[in-house]
Amino acid sequence: MISSVDKTCPLTFASVDPDAALKAVVGKKRSEVLAEVAASGLKGRGGAGFPTSVKWNLAAAARGQEKFVICNADEGEPGTFKDRVILSDYADLVCAGMTAAAYAIGATRGIIYLRGEYTYLRPHLEDVLARRRGRSLLGPKILGKDGFDFDIEIRMGAGAYVCGEETALIESLEGNRGEPRNRPPFPVDTGFMSRPTAVNNVETLAWAACILANGAEWFKKHGTEKSTGLKLFSVSGDVERPGVYEFPLGITIAELLRHVGGENAKAAQIGGASGHCVPASQFERTIAFEDVPTGGSVIVFGPDRDMLEVAENFLEFFVEESCGQCTPCREGSRKLLEGVKMLRKGTCSMKYLRELCGLGQTMQLASKCGLGQSAPNALLSIVEHFKDDILGRTPQAV
Amino acid sequence: MLVTESDKIREDIRKLTETYGRDRSALMPILQEVQKKYCRISDIAMQEIADLLSIHPVEVYGVVSFYSFLDDKPKGRFIIRLCRTISCTMQGKARVAKQLENDLGVLFGQTTADGLFTLEWANCLGMCDQGPALLVNDQVFTQVTPDKVHDIIEGCRRSFAQHVSQKREEH
Amino acid sequence: MADKCAKCEETRAPKSQRAHEIVAPAAADAIGAQVSATIDGKEIKVPIGTTILKAANELGVHIPTLCYHADLCIAGVCRVCVVEVEGQRTLQAACAYPITQPIKVHTHTAKVRRARRHILDLLLSEHYGECYACGRNNNCELQALAKEYGVDYFRFGHPDKPRFETDTSSYSVRRDMNKCVLCRRCVRTCIDLQEVGVLEVARRGAESKVVTFEDKPLADVVCINCGQCINRCPTGALTEKDFTDEVWAAIDDPTKHVVIQTAPSPRAGIGECFGLEPGHALTFEMNTAMRRMGFDKVFDTNFTADLTIIEEGTELLLRLYKALVEKDKSVALPQFTSCSPGWVKFIEHFYPEMLPNMSSAKSPQQMFGAVIKTYYAKKNNIDPKDIVCVSLMPCAAKKFECNRPEMCDSGFKDIDYGLTTRELGKMIAETGIYLPDMPKSDFDDPFGTATGSGVIFGATGGVMEAALRSVIELVMGIKVEDLFDHADITPIRGFEGMRIAELKIDKVGPVPDILKHLVPNWDWLKGATLKAGVAHGTANAKRVLDDIKAGGKFSECHFIEFMACPGGCLGGGGQPIPTSPEIRAKRAQAIYNEDAAYEVRKSHENPAVIELYEKFLTDGPCGHLSHKLLHTHYTPRGKFIG
Repeated sequence: MISSVDKTCPLTFASVDPDAALKAVVGKKRSEVLAEVAASGLKGRGGAGFPTSVKWNLAAAARGQEKFVICNADEGEPGTFKDRVILSDYADLVCAGMTAAAYAIGATRGIIYLRGEYTYLRPHLEDVLARRRGRSLLGPKILGKDGFDFDIEIRMGAGAYVCGEETALIESLEGNRGEPRNRPPFPVDTGFMSRPTAVNNVETLAWAACILANGAEWFKKHGTEKSTGLKLFSVSGDVERPGVYEFPLGITIAELLRHVGGENAKAAQIGGASGHCVPASQFERTIAFEDVPTGGSVIVFGPDRDMLEVAENFLEFFVEESCGQCTPCREGSRKLLEGVKMLRKGTCSMKYLRELCGLGQTMQLASKCGLGQSAPNALLSIVEHFKDDILGRTPQAV
Repeated sequence: MLVTESDKIREDIRKLTETYGRDRSALMPILQEVQKKYCRISDIAMQEIADLLSIHPVEVYGVVSFYSFLDDKPKGRFIIRLCRTISCTMQGKARVAKQLENDLGVLFGQTTADGLFTLEWANCLGMCDQGPALLVNDQVFTQVTPDKVHDIIEGCRRSFAQHVSQKREEH
Repeated sequence: MADKCAKCEETRAPKSQRAHEIVAPAAADAIGAQVSATIDGKEIKVPIGTTILKAANELGVHIPTLCYHADLCIAGVCRVCVVEVEGQRTLQAACAYPITQPIKVHTHTAKVRRARRHILDLLLSEHYGECYACGRNNNCELQALAKEYGVDYFRFGHPDKPRFETDTSSYSVRRDMNKCVLCRRCVRTCIDLQEVGVLEVARRGAESKVVTFEDKPLADVVCINCGQCINRCPTGALTEKDFTDEVWAAIDDPTKHVVIQTAPSPRAGIGECFGLEPGHALTFEMNTAMRRMGFDKVFDTNFTADLTIIEEGTELLLRLYKALVEKDKSVALPQFTSCSPGWVKFIEHFYPEMLPNMSSAKSPQQMFGAVIKTYYAKKNNIDPKDIVCVSLMPCAAKKFECNRPEMCDSGFKDIDYGLTTRELGKMIAETGIYLPDMPKSDFDDPFGTATGSGVIFGATGGVMEAALRSVIELVMGIKVEDLFDHADITPIRGFEGMRIAELKIDKVGPVPDILKHLVPNWDWLKGATLKAGVAHGTANAKRVLDDIKAGGKFSECHFIEFMACPGGCLGGGGQPIPTSPEIRAKRAQAIYNEDAAYEVRKSHENPAVIELYEKFLTDGPCGHLSHKLLHTHYTPRGKFIG
């Protein structure tokens, strides 16, 4: 069963023909495909915002007789569900994006790493792949082009948020615990099975297909100079119309909230559990890689929400989902959670709170991967903006 | 000849290695298939898999224990996983949780005495716009209310009864 | 070093725990692949891919580490070694960061100092136990770091009760996971270095724990008791099972006659327990100390090492005779040595089908016990039940070995207690003795007499060298010195993980008296080439066994020496901590120096051994009595756990 999706906004993806993208690709040289993506300024839509063209260029330049394109469909960031929608409705576009990436970097094998929670999407995706094979959009000699062989298989996650981190994802594919690797080397030269591997988010690949179909200039009509294009947002929480939305990057938080019916919010968590909590006083800030970055998750908190409960929920998440290999993330998350519990009980001194904030900064600096580095973000921003809310609690308030 | 349960598991795993190969990268798909069929990955299964993939059983155990959807201990036929992340919390997760406990007679982390249901928490299921959400095995239920809990559980019972009678007919 | 898991492609460790090979850009290959790094203002040129830690070491810049170990692959998990790299937003782990382009590194900025302090505070917040009640007090890397970073209070708390029960099920290794800091050195040792695969991390996040298969007791899994994990544990989480109280009780019991035998390697290592640099043998100081402690007799295990050579060598010659002369196809060759109890349990678990290749000769430790409680008891008119046999070993597995049920051929437990070098060091300290200052004294007769061949048992290749010395003289009828200067068979020395030596038997001598009852002459060996193999570390052992199964070059060997521990016994699981390739090389040098100092350097010339065969084992090597007392059998355990 594929769940119905409450869409409240028409998406550009509906108007782009995936076949047009691939036809455009095979008509070009590899370098031209790379140049087109570079001209678009497309940055990773999973949250980190790494320029897609840089990743592809590195993978294209890496030496290796076999290369891989991996679609990161391990959408696990709390409050994010746009990839589910894309995979349900625009899987062809994602596959076209993967195929284009394969052409550009010289990969022959593609893998969609689908999170275990989305197992119900698998039959649909298998159908899409089978249909594409039947139409020569996958398999040997794609669209009749000699030497352009590429196929995609689906591999399932098994309930581990950290596998959304690209090196952990690769570890998982290799049959290991999903523990992020030391970097460098990066997957673009030492990835899956030690081969050059481009790992891209679902949405990134879909946009890449759009760019190759409609051109970089079309894409750059939206967004800011450093954050080009449109972006999908997963909006949930205290809003009138939750759902998946498409907005240009650079949109202010206030404007976004107006569209979704969340004007009276007290705060918005941008970027999920690993993102930042923005108070109402800063709603004029823009959502863009140069200001408030996001993978697309917007969780809105109404006036009556207890921000400590929010912090506690997120930290419980990290304590459980940390892979546990590095000290700052494993032990630090646990200490921060204990601290939040103390705050809720009203037993945390200002001195200890400062210690915890310092610890949070250490986690941001010294953790091995992005998960640990971003685990304290929510708490630190809540402490920064909502001190009056969280200090001096009386135990009855719990 | 008497075929024991462990012989059956061994044979199943051997067949799976024919499909997925014997490289370590075959580990996850094999574990997922075993989990699906047996609702757990027993110590016999882990050792057999390790042997066929030329890795150590403790490595398989390390992997199984790492992922939330893989279990070495027996679980219920239906694993109900309620999303505990903030969006679902804000949409009334707590009351759904309470009703699940009431109707199943077990707490989170436990399995019903008849071995039919295991109740667990899950992190974000990606249904934040339609919370509270829960998974029953692979199937997702959204906008769950305490009232709907009963229907979901009864639905599982019905499908299990159907499954059992089908099996009987086959025999 | 061959025993390092540098060739990670061949190991099966998770890739996250491997040192990744850095692919140098094509252009860099051409220009010699050097890159400059500036660390704290000092500049150095290093090969591309060198880690910051290594570059810093070369510059003499100290960067603290915890999960890093010279013998193991890079993990980069403890984050104690973080440094600031200009241009990087986050701090980088110096142990894991390869220098691929010119970089500027700062190792002690405010950010770095604060991060390290926080990381230590976090580790201490989950590290249960009091330093003064810990076997690793004053020899603990976590304690040393806490001191280095001035930890004077527990910023993020300290556990007041244990979370886990201590696993004391094993005779050899005691695991107290309350002290574990999850550096994973033991995991990397067990999976990567030794490829035994008993320990791995299970679960994740705050629930992470180093476990055995399904968290079973260590005694119930495929642990070979090598104790290499102990040597690499930075804290007191892994220690040997301590028998010092039992030994003290025996010493204090006036009705007991307590004898101790000491293996070669402890004497080369024990100085480290007293702060000496590695490589100082304290053999004779140790003898005096042990007497002062109250041991009734102090013997040298080398005596039975020589005996082992005779028994094992005879067994080999018999196997060869059967195979070559009698054309008996059922004879299992190559013959494997059986001195290393970790290796014995390894083959019992993982290659039980190859047990027929094992020499049935007991290890020197066990032979000693069997002789003490029979021949020695009778000769000295002591009731064997009143004899307590203690052995000083560099080994954790010896504790298990002496508790094997089959090891009581004397009618009593052949060996009562096996002590590690560390345990004896502790007991000596308890006596108030500073070992290096002890006057020297010799071993007790008659079993004190030993040869240099016995001493070199402690180093990888040593058993083989000792065996070859005897074979050359007994079979070829010439002096070893005629072939090798000072009888040092240097071609088979060294630390290469697997090696083969060949000895062409171009002439034969008369059969010596001691073997006359077994073979008529040596003519059948004339013109043959004796091939001997050596492997140390079970990872190498595994490769050799697989090679034999595949019909590779090791299958052509006649005799293979296996030692479970990297470097051989001198790197054993009971030796002083820390260990590293350099430390093991220094201990090996100490052992070879000892050997060189002996007047008698060949096992078959050991007068005490000759006397034993004349007066006690009168039906000769591999005879009836020796079979009863000095030989054993093995248990095909398999690797499946019920």
